[in-house]
Amino acid sequence: MVARTAPPSTTDLVRQAIQGRRFGWGDVAFPAALLLALLFALLFLATLLVDIFIKAWDALAGRGWSVVTNPLSLNADTAGLWQSIMGSLALAAVVAALAFPIGIGAAIYLEEYAPDNRFTRFINTNIRNLAGVPSIVYGILGFTIFVRFVRAVGAGGGVGGKNLLAGGLTLAALVLPIVIITTAEALRAVPVSIREAGFGVGATRWEVIRHHVVPYAAPGILTGTVLTLARAFGETAPLLLVGAATGFFSVGSAGLLGKATGPYTALPVTIFSWARQPGAEFRSLTAAAIVVLLAVLLTANAAAIILRNRFERKW
Amino acid sequence: MTTETPTIDLSGSRPRLRREQRVRRLFTGAAVTSILISLLIVGSLVGEAWNFLRSIDLSWLWDLGWFPRRDMFDIKTVMTGTLLIALIAMVVATPLGLGAAIYLSEYASPRARRWLKPVLEVLAGIPSVVLGYFALTWISPNIVMRLNPHAGVFSMMSAGIAVGLLVTPLVASVSEDAMRAVPQALREASYGLGAKKAGTSTRVVFPAAISGIVASLILGLSRAIGETMVVAMAAGAVGGSLFEVDIFQPGQTMTAAMTALAIGSDQVAGSTNAFQSLFFLGLLLFLMTLALNLISDRFVRKVREKY
Repeated sequence: MVARTAPPSTTDLVRQAIQGRRFGWGDVAFPAALLLALLFALLFLATLLVDIFIKAWDALAGRGWSVVTNPLSLNADTAGLWQSIMGSLALAAVVAALAFPIGIGAAIYLEEYAPDNRFTRFINTNIRNLAGVPSIVYGILGFTIFVRFVRAVGAGGGVGGKNLLAGGLTLAALVLPIVIITTAEALRAVPVSIREAGFGVGATRWEVIRHHVVPYAAPGILTGTVLTLARAFGETAPLLLVGAATGFFSVGSAGLLGKATGPYTALPVTIFSWARQPGAEFRSLTAAAIVVLLAVLLTANAAAIILRNRFERKW
Repeated sequence: MTTETPTIDLSGSRPRLRREQRVRRLFTGAAVTSILISLLIVGSLVGEAWNFLRSIDLSWLWDLGWFPRRDMFDIKTVMTGTLLIALIAMVVATPLGLGAAIYLSEYASPRARRWLKPVLEVLAGIPSVVLGYFALTWISPNIVMRLNPHAGVFSMMSAGIAVGLLVTPLVASVSEDAMRAVPQALREASYGLGAKKAGTSTRVVFPAAISGIVASLILGLSRAIGETMVVAMAAGAVGGSLFEVDIFQPGQTMTAAMTALAIGSDQVAGSTNAFQSLFFLGLLLFLMTLALNLISDRFVRKVREKY
């Protein structure tokens, strides 16, 4: 009969753990490996920034501000980003004008008004799913619905509706769920007691929202909207389907309406089309365009982080 | 002796209540817009995709490769490309994202967290067109071509690595949220039994947060499948491609094929079938990501119910 060693009792195990060796290499190696994973991701970020800046140096140092102020061109020596930057800013303005009021309104409804029923839960699930729809699918939405809509209301211009307005509508639809989610989070962070105090002195729901809830949630909402705008600013794929020019074009002396309904492009779309140029002459220019894009986005990110740290409130 | 009880009208002023109703209706309308957008997305995809399927011979969907201009709409080519790149991306993003999440949630001091989180958010904010350029001009020559000297400039490998970097912050932030939601009492109980920090993290906190972690990985996979610009720029096969399983070769993904059709780089004007295939691919992509998102949503809700 084989003698079986009794399994160590729990008491023994605990005693061993408490009195045993206090130091093990595993206790150092494990957090080190974790930190390495984190640093590895950040190292890639640093490499990306440094590498692109080095590649851009030729164009930035050699051309100076003309990279930003010159119009688009097929000639790499004179090509600049003026129309792309203006196009991106105009798109951002359309997104801000459409997605922010609707998104914030929807979030206020969901957080402040909506009863907890099946319909509300359906809207919530629907919004979370919309946030996960790939951006190029929104391009199809823009191509089939918004381009036709813009043409139908007579703002199609010379490009059959594939213009800034259609692009702006598409991007607004793309960021709408993100605006709703971030705003709802900011509203949720405002304690219920603030609302109850308002109701207690006889304010209506809308008065409580307007004078108390929204002002307290404003920093959070603002941070969310800045980040959302940055997301829209860097989006490329859907714009390819709603007509952002991948070549170069001239708006000539078109007025404001002509510019809004005529051909357009955006900064990331220009980066994409320049990166596809086979010749070497556009290489440094592409990197310079990326530097311009990243400068805008990192400024927006930094502003959002500062806003959050400055106004973050612990209840 | 009778006292008259004064009656007080508590219904409030009429104009005030009317305004209240108007505001409420306005906000309800805003919320319903999101449903309208979903309906429009589904409508625009299904209608055109159905037209596409009706106008082609179904055997064209199983062929030697994806060449829309020559009526070769091989699904397995684009599916394989998509899944291979998403797989590479998850091989990169899972260790990096989960490692970063455990570190931030369990080890980092509040001070370090205040610095590291924003930097990770910056990585999340890098546009995909920039990562596509980086994949093409840095990852491809410095990593992929060193790993395999036969690899070309365009390869599924370099696109996959870049997509992985894109997905890492998402995986990290969702799974960190899940681990931070684990109650402190569980950790203290573990320490009380004499467990060390590493053991507590891996055997108590990690299993307790497992549904959130799984959700983060599914969400990451969904994002990787839908990523467009990186694969359109770095994976190579712009117009069409033969069936390919070698990750060091160029490959075709659903999103890259859609981009090619959108910008007309393969001259689709001649064939309407080719352009219609864009909607078919869009529908496939939409259904795949929708399924993954719904599953991940289910997992996230499980975490919320537990704690």
